Amino acid sequence: MTLRVTVTPHRDAEGEAVVASAPLVGVAGLVDCRVSRIYHLESTGDLSDADVDRLCTEVLVDPVVAQYSTGEADPVEGRAIEVAALAGVTDVEARELERAAQQLGLEELRVSTAIRYDLIGDLDDEAVATITRRLLANDTIEQSCEGSLPPTFVAQASADTKVESVPLSNLSDAELEILSSERVLSLDINEMRVIQAYFDRIGRDPTDAELETLAQTWSEHCVHKTFRATIELTHVAADGQRTVTQHDGLLQSLREVTEELDPWWLRSAFVDDAGIIAFDDEFDLAFKVETHNHPSALEPFGGANTGVGGVVRDILGVSARPIACTNVLCFGPADLPDERLFTGVLHPRRIRDGVVAGIADYGNKLGLPTVNGAVVYHEGYVGNPLVYCGALGLLRNGSHPTAARVGDRVVSIGGRVGRDGIHGATFSSATMDTSTADSVGAAVQIGDPITEKGCIEVVERACQAGLYNAITDCGAGGFSSAIGEMGEDLGVEINLEGVRLKYPGLQPWEIWLSEAQERMVMAVPAESLPALEKLCDDWDVELTDLGSFTGSGDLLVRHGNTSVIDMSMDFLHNGLPRREMTATWVEPSPAAVKSPPVTDEILLELLAHPDVASKEDIVRRYDHEVRAGTVVRPFVGRNADGPSDAAVVKPLGTNRTPLAAVLSNGLCPRVGKHDPYAMALLALDEAVRNLVAVGGDPDRVALLDNFCWGDPTKSDRLGSLVRAVQGCTDGARRYAMPFISGKDSLFNEFEGRAIPPTLLISALGLVPDLNRAIDSGGMAVGDDLWLVGEGSGSLGGSVADAVYDLGANEVPRPLDDPLPRYRAVHSAIKAGLVTAAHDCSDGGIAVAVAEMAIAARRGVAVVVPADGSDQFVAFTNEGPGRLVLAALPGDRDALGAILGAHGRRIGEVTADDRITLGVAAQSGGTADGTSIVVELQDAVAAFTGRPLS
Amino acid sequence: MSAPPILIVHASGTNRDGDAAQAIEMAGGCPRIVHVNQLRRGDVKVSDHAGVLIPGGFSYGDALGAGQRLALELRLWFGHELSEVVAAGKPVLGICNGFQVLVKAGLLPGPLAGDSVNSARQVTLTENSQGKFECRWVTLRVEPTVRSTWLQSIGDTLIRCPIAHGEGRFVSATDAVTDELETQGLVAFRYQNCGAVSPDASDSIRAAGGVYPANPNGSSADIAGICDQTGAVVGLMPHPEDHVLDWQRPSGNPGASGLPLFESFVSAAR
Repeated sequence: MTLRVTVTPHRDAEGEAVVASAPLVGVAGLVDCRVSRIYHLESTGDLSDADVDRLCTEVLVDPVVAQYSTGEADPVEGRAIEVAALAGVTDVEARELERAAQQLGLEELRVSTAIRYDLIGDLDDEAVATITRRLLANDTIEQSCEGSLPPTFVAQASADTKVESVPLSNLSDAELEILSSERVLSLDINEMRVIQAYFDRIGRDPTDAELETLAQTWSEHCVHKTFRATIELTHVAADGQRTVTQHDGLLQSLREVTEELDPWWLRSAFVDDAGIIAFDDEFDLAFKVETHNHPSALEPFGGANTGVGGVVRDILGVSARPIACTNVLCFGPADLPDERLFTGVLHPRRIRDGVVAGIADYGNKLGLPTVNGAVVYHEGYVGNPLVYCGALGLLRNGSHPTAARVGDRVVSIGGRVGRDGIHGATFSSATMDTSTADSVGAAVQIGDPITEKGCIEVVERACQAGLYNAITDCGAGGFSSAIGEMGEDLGVEINLEGVRLKYPGLQPWEIWLSEAQERMVMAVPAESLPALEKLCDDWDVELTDLGSFTGSGDLLVRHGNTSVIDMSMDFLHNGLPRREMTATWVEPSPAAVKSPPVTDEILLELLAHPDVASKEDIVRRYDHEVRAGTVVRPFVGRNADGPSDAAVVKPLGTNRTPLAAVLSNGLCPRVGKHDPYAMALLALDEAVRNLVAVGGDPDRVALLDNFCWGDPTKSDRLGSLVRAVQGCTDGARRYAMPFISGKDSLFNEFEGRAIPPTLLISALGLVPDLNRAIDSGGMAVGDDLWLVGEGSGSLGGSVADAVYDLGANEVPRPLDDPLPRYRAVHSAIKAGLVTAAHDCSDGGIAVAVAEMAIAARRGVAVVVPADGSDQFVAFTNEGPGRLVLAALPGDRDALGAILGAHGRRIGEVTADDRITLGVAAQSGGTADGTSIVVELQDAVAAFTGRPLS
Repeated sequence: MSAPPILIVHASGTNRDGDAAQAIEMAGGCPRIVHVNQLRRGDVKVSDHAGVLIPGGFSYGDALGAGQRLALELRLWFGHELSEVVAAGKPVLGICNGFQVLVKAGLLPGPLAGDSVNSARQVTLTENSQGKFECRWVTLRVEPTVRSTWLQSIGDTLIRCPIAHGEGRFVSATDAVTDELETQGLVAFRYQNCGAVSPDASDSIRAAGGVYPANPNGSSADIAGICDQTGAVVGLMPHPEDHVLDWQRPSGNPGASGLPLFESFVSAAR
C-alpha cells in the first residue's frame, strides 16, 4: 500500500523567498506561497494509522513549528504545484526516513519525497508556468506538475547483465563520427580509427563497456589531450609581424619548471590527485583545485555540491585528511535583463544562488571551513558559469602509499552505484548547446556529503593503520577510471556482481562507468581486509571487495560469469594518439584611452561594482570556523565586514609549533582577453601579494593552475591558452614558486560563445608564526600608511575600465623581479612592524585604502604618488606588486630601513571618519588639484549595499 | 588529579568532535570520540565516562530536521543509560547539533511543571529567521540565575565564539513555556549586543533584544542555550569550543574565551 503524508510548517521562509523572487522573473501577482513537504510511504504490508502517527511524531514532524496530515491535502484557494526529483536522483531525505522507519520497527518501508507549493494570488497559466520553470523546478533533475505527482519510486527492475557488442569493424569515418556523437564518447575521428584498428587486430567488436571505458580514459577531462598535444603557435604582433613557434606539450612545460626549481619542501607534484608540500617536521599539506562548470550550468546546486565533493575526494586520494575548502565563482551579471539571456540557459542569479547553496550544503556538512575565494561577474559567463572548488588536506610526512601489489584486493568504499553520474568525463569534454540538458542530464548528480564524511574518517584511520597499499578516487568515469589507473601497471580482474547498487537494473557498463563523489578505491592486502571491514562498520561506511590485482597487465571485468571487458592496459593507457594542433594569437593594437574627470563619486562607484562590493551575503553561508583553526577569516576588522586578503589556517592537532598554512588566489579574467600572457603573471602576482599581506613567507609558496578556456580545437582559443601557459612558466621562474598541481577545463562554450579565457592561480604558503599573522583592519588612529610598489599607466582589464567603459586594452606590465619587495614586506610583518596590510587589486589603490578604512572603521588621509599618470589613472590603475601597510609612527625608521626603496609613506589613519585621497606628482609631496573626500559611512554603504545602521 | 574520561558522541555527519575534544583536553578532561555504532554494539559503554558531550555537525545530514535521527537513536538505544548519567549528576553538554539532538530527544528542557510523561515537545530549534545558514562571531552571557550547578560557577561570564548553523532559532510552543523556562532558571545562555564594535566596557553589554546580528537567528528572548531541571544537562547553539586559544579570536576582539565553560564541565565530571 502507498500512503501520502503532507508536512506543513507554521512559518515558512522558503515560501517568502519565492514571493520575493517572483517579480525578478516578471511575475507581479504572487501574494503568498506556502510550502509543504510530501512523503509517499510504500509498504509491502499494512501500514496502520498508529505506525504512521508514530513515524510522524518521532521523526518527521516538529510539533512546535509544523503540522501534518495524511491523504490528499486539502485544496487551497491558490494553485498547487508539486515538484519531485526524477527517479534515481539522490534523495538523502527519503533514505534517512527509510532508515529511521527501520529503527522504529517499520521494515521494508520505501519512501519518495516531493515538495508542494501553494501559489496564492492573481496568477494566470503563464505566470504559474514561469514561476514553476524559473523558481521551483529544474527539468534536468526534477519533474513538476500542477496538482499531484505520482510517487517517483525507481521501477523495481530485475538485475540486468546484458553486455552489448558494438559493431565497429566495417564502419566508415562518417559512421564512426556518428557513433562517437550518439554515445557521448567525445572522441575524434583519429581516435575512433585507432580503436577500430585495435579491435580489428584482436578479431572482434568491442563491448559497450570497452568502448565507454576507452572514451572515459581518453577524454579531455581525464587525459588532458590538449595539454599533451604538440602545438604550432602563430603569433601575430600588433604591427602584423608573424612568428611561428613549436610547443612540445603544455603540461610538460609546467612540470619542467617545477623540476628545475625543486625546492626541498616539495613532496609531490603533478603525479597524483593533489600536490603535496612539507608543513612541519611531522605533517605535510596537500592542495588541489578542481572545476565543475558544465554540471553547475545545468543544475547549479548539484553541480557545485559535487564540485566540493569531487575535490575533497582528490585530497582523500593522496591519503590526506581534508581540513579546509576554497571556491572561486564566475557568473553572468546578477541583474542581466531577460532579453539578453540565451534560450536554454538558467538566469545568472539562479545559477549563483544554486551554486552558493550547493557549496554551503556540501562544505558545511563535511565540517570543512570554507576560508578563501572570490566571485566575479561578467557577461561572458552567462552561458557557461565557472565553479572552481579547492581543498586543503593534512597528512603525516610520507604516509601516502602509492604502489598496489600483485594479490592485493581491489576494494571500494563509500556510496552505492546509481545511474546518475554517467558520462561526466565525456560531457565536460564537449561544448554545450540548447540540447545539452536533454542528452546528458544523467551526468549531473546530487551529492551525499554524509557518506563522503564517513569515507574521510575511514581513510584517515586506514592510512594510520597501514591497511592499504594504494588509493584513488572514483572521479569522472567511476570504477573505469579509478581501477583503470590503479591497475595500469599490474592488471586487474574485477567482478561487478557484488557491487552495491542504489537500485537494481543497472547494466554492467553503467555500474562500471558511473561516478560518485563519495566512493574511493583501495588496494588492500588480503590479510588487512578484516581490519578495514571492521573500521568501515564502525563508521557506517559500506565496503565491497571487487577483485584483485593480477600482474597479467590486462583489464578483465566480469559480471558473474559474463565477460564485460577484456582489454590490455597497455592499449587503454598508451593507445591514444597524440594530437597535433595549431594555434594563433593576434595581439590587439593599443587603443587610445581618455580618463574621466575625478569626482568623489568615483570611489563609491568602484566600491559598489559587483566584483569589488562585499560578498558577505554569499560567504557567511559557509562555515569558516569549523575545525577550530581559522586564524585570518574571510571578513576582518572592527565590524567583521572588511574583505580579507587571504586565509590563514592552523590545522587541528599541530599546536606543537606556531606554523600556520596560508591560502590565497589570483584571478583577472578581464585582462585575459587583451593579453593572456600578462593575465597569468598578474594573477600569479595577485595570489602572492595576497598571501604576503597576511604574513605568508614568499620563499615557501606552492602554486596551482586552473585553466578554464573555450574550445581548444579553435586556433584562437588555443593560441590564448598557449600564451597563458607561457605566462605561468615564466611566472614560476620569476617568482621561484613551483606549480604542484593543476587542472584544465576546456570546451567552456555555449552555442559557440566562448567564456573569457580564465586562469585561476591558487597559492599555498606558510606563516612562520600565527601570532604574527595580520589582516587589513588592524590599524589604529595615528598609524602611518605606507605604499609598497609603483603604479601602472595602463587601465586595460581594470574595474575602472569596466565601470566607465573606457575601451582600454593595454594591460599593466608584469613585474620583472618581484621577490625582493615581497621578502621585505614579509620581514617587516615577521618583525611585528606592520599593524595592517592590504593589497591593491580590483579598483586600484583608491579601493584598497577605502577597504582598509572600512575594515578598521577609521578615517584615512593619503596622498597617492602619480607615478607619471593622471589623477584618475593614479587612483584606479591595477598595476601589480602593490600593498598598503599600516604601522606605528614610532616604527617609522625601522620599517623604512626594512622596506628601503620598495616603500613610501603616503599618509595616516585619522580620527575624522572620512576617506581623503589626493595625488602628488612628486613622491611625498602635497596633493595637486582635486582630492576625493568621502564620508566613511557612505563608503560602507556603497561597499555593503546597505545603509549604515 | 587524573583527567576524567569524557564521551564525545559521533554519529555519521558529526563534525565538530575534534574541536570539542581539543577544548575538553585543554580543560583537563580526557576526550574519547566514539561512534554511535560502537556504543550500540557495546564496544564502548556510556557508563564508563564521567561526562557526555554531543558535539556539532550534521548528524545523518539533518535530512529529517536538525538532530532528529540521532535524537531517535538516543531515545531508542541509550535512553536508559543517559538517564542514569543524568541521575548520577554527571554533566551532559550538547553543542549546536548536539543541542538540537538533546532538545529533540526530550532531554532539554525535560518535563516542565504540569507536563505529563508523554507531553509533546514544548520548545525547539528551527530554521533561522533569515532562512539560511549563517556563520559569524557572537557574544553570549552565562545567565547569572541559571539553575545548572556546574554553570553557576561561571554565571554572568561573557563568551565570544562563532555560530555556524541554519536551524538555530530557539522557539517555544507558547509564551507561557518561555516564561516557565525563565522562572525555573532554565535559560542558560543569552545572545548579547556586543558586536566587535565595542570591544571594551563589558558593563554596557546587554541582551541583544532580538536585534540582528547580535541575536543572529531570531531566537525568542535571545535564548542561545538552556538547561534541564536537574541542572546536569546543558545545550547551546554557538561554539565555545572554537574559542579556547587566543589566536582563534578575530583580531581586535575582546577576550571572553570559551574555555571556562569546558573547565566547569570537566570539574563537574570529576
